[in-house]
Amino acid sequence: MELIQQLINGISLGSIYALIALGYTMVYGIVKLINFAHGDVFMVGAFVGFYSITILDLTFFPALLLTMAVTALFGVIIERIAYKPLRNATRIAALITAIGVSLLIEYGFIYFRGAQPEAYPADVLPTEKISILGVSINSQSIFILLTSVVLMIILQFVVHKTKIGKAMRAVSFDAEAARLMGINVNNTISATFAIGSALAGAAGVIFGIYYSKIEPLMGIIPGLKAFVAAVLGGIGIIPGAMVGGLLLGVVESLVSAAGYSLWRDAVAFIVLILILIFLPSGLFGKNRREKV
Amino acid sequence: MKKRKIGGVMLSLSLSATLLLAGCGGAEKSGGSGGSGGGDTIKIGANMELSGGVASYGQSGVQGLELAFEEINKEGIDGKKLELVKVDNKSDAAEATNGALKLATQDKVAAIVGAATSTNTLAQVQIATDNKLPLITPTGTNPDITNKGGKVNDWVFRTCFIDPFQGTVAANFASDKFKSKNAAVFIDTASDYSKGLAKAFKESYTKNGGKIVAEEAYVAKDTDFRATLTRIKSAKPDFIFLPGYYEEVGLIVKQAREAGIDVPIMGGDGWDSPKLVEIAGGKALNNTFITNHYSAADKDPKVQDFVKAYEAKYNETPDGFAALGYDTAYLLADAIKRAGDASPEKIKEALAETKDLALVSGQVTLNEQHDPIKPASILKYEDGKQTFDSKVNP
Repeated sequence: MELIQQLINGISLGSIYALIALGYTMVYGIVKLINFAHGDVFMVGAFVGFYSITILDLTFFPALLLTMAVTALFGVIIERIAYKPLRNATRIAALITAIGVSLLIEYGFIYFRGAQPEAYPADVLPTEKISILGVSINSQSIFILLTSVVLMIILQFVVHKTKIGKAMRAVSFDAEAARLMGINVNNTISATFAIGSALAGAAGVIFGIYYSKIEPLMGIIPGLKAFVAAVLGGIGIIPGAMVGGLLLGVVESLVSAAGYSLWRDAVAFIVLILILIFLPSGLFGKNRREKV
Repeated sequence: MKKRKIGGVMLSLSLSATLLLAGCGGAEKSGGSGGSGGGDTIKIGANMELSGGVASYGQSGVQGLELAFEEINKEGIDGKKLELVKVDNKSDAAEATNGALKLATQDKVAAIVGAATSTNTLAQVQIATDNKLPLITPTGTNPDITNKGGKVNDWVFRTCFIDPFQGTVAANFASDKFKSKNAAVFIDTASDYSKGLAKAFKESYTKNGGKIVAEEAYVAKDTDFRATLTRIKSAKPDFIFLPGYYEEVGLIVKQAREAGIDVPIMGGDGWDSPKLVEIAGGKALNNTFITNHYSAADKDPKVQDFVKAYEAKYNETPDGFAALGYDTAYLLADAIKRAGDASPEKIKEALAETKDLALVSGQVTLNEQHDPIKPASILKYEDGKQTFDSKVNP
């Protein structure tokens, strides 16, 4: 029974990692940039959700949609201001810019708002306790899990069945060729940032409801964990990010379950190191040979 | 990760440098009268957590201090007025050290009050000792603050009782009231405070014939405790001791109740914050208890007068941190009055001789360890409100 309970704990945590990891992976897939500011978009999402629930008095779904819209716009602004001018610069320059943007968002936010934490109201979603065979599940976590799954299904649909999804796949495959075929590469990249950031914003709201406490530096660790999840699944590959996120969540829960809760974060990063040594392209990655 | 950390450190370094410079300029403009001795004002530094993770402690403490200073300044001490110089240590030990250094060398205060937490107070002890300045912590309960390795820190005092006392009270409460035999302990390994309370609890609890069935740990800033709580649940404790600070404790209590852990949970004064109720929710907090320095529901007239004055000024009920901030100001004022001179040396000597001083949190006598001997209150949460349960004498 305890094991099943722990698996449920892990899957709930993992679905949040997966939502953030999707943004990492999509952006990497299309511009080969590790967007370190992504964890902070997640943080901004958590705060937008908080304010839309407490100040605008919205219920869960309108708040979620509003947050996704705001963070999508925020992601596009970051891309246009910070990354677009560096499109043809070296990758290390773009990476360092990403770190700079991340710190700017974190400390800019603290400067304007202060560092004190905020607590999500408890009554956003019903919190019935459901017991099945001695395993207690909170109705909230079921709700949250369903929301994540639905968002991931919508994403799959967008990527595989729509015009913009087709354009994204084309640009990620070969940007030059896509441009020659008449695809607007800049708009496609912006759309990718918008979708990725919207998912991070959604993850922020879900995190806030699930864990109550939000603060300006909350994005750092989940952001890094999601990065590990993205690499675990194979960076640039969308299903890989989902599986990687869920797997990482379960691994962390099992480590705590074994009584090594203080080692939980360390294990997450050990997983990253092992993956990089033994499976550099991740679980779902194709081993593509470098062309000379 | 590494790069980000370094970036953060650099940023905070440059920020604190700017702050120091700004503080320096301000002091020059006001033509500081020099706290020690001369002039009509006695400068008292407050090095508190005004922002950051445990900002609520520091802010309450400073509000208590300011209220008391206002009252004291109505009459003054031998014609002199007290002036409060505030520094924000951002709930960070390194910033607390910087702040103490600034107060000692630039503002030249006569004494420092702070910090609200043990870790941030310990970070100032060396500075206070080197600069020969009395340091009084209103709420730093770790024994090491006043007494390191069997030697008393001459310049360091406190207004609150110490950790072992809180842990012992909690253990006796568990054994007497709940007839508890199997307790779980869940501590924050990054905090001296949490470890201190847990150690005293375990000693007293096992002495009372109880057994510690689970001992788990977390690190401050963690947000997911479900896996560990599931583990604690399967050890079937009938009582959980959770000494920690409100940010994590709020999450832990919430997640524990969600995981179906319904046994009593008890903690120390680190729980005492309105944020705790916001984070955990009133329902989850039912059947939880804390040891605290005082209760606003206490019928003692001294307590009620203070509560009324505080509510009139700030429009909120004072928590334990506010009460001890207020008491610290009076402890200091009493010492300055008896010393007849505001030099740090004299204040220190007078502080050490404090005896039977009636304060909001009870009669205070400082022992040779510079620790007060005073009663503890046990509070119970009922639907998000603290209610007064009982008072325990040392």
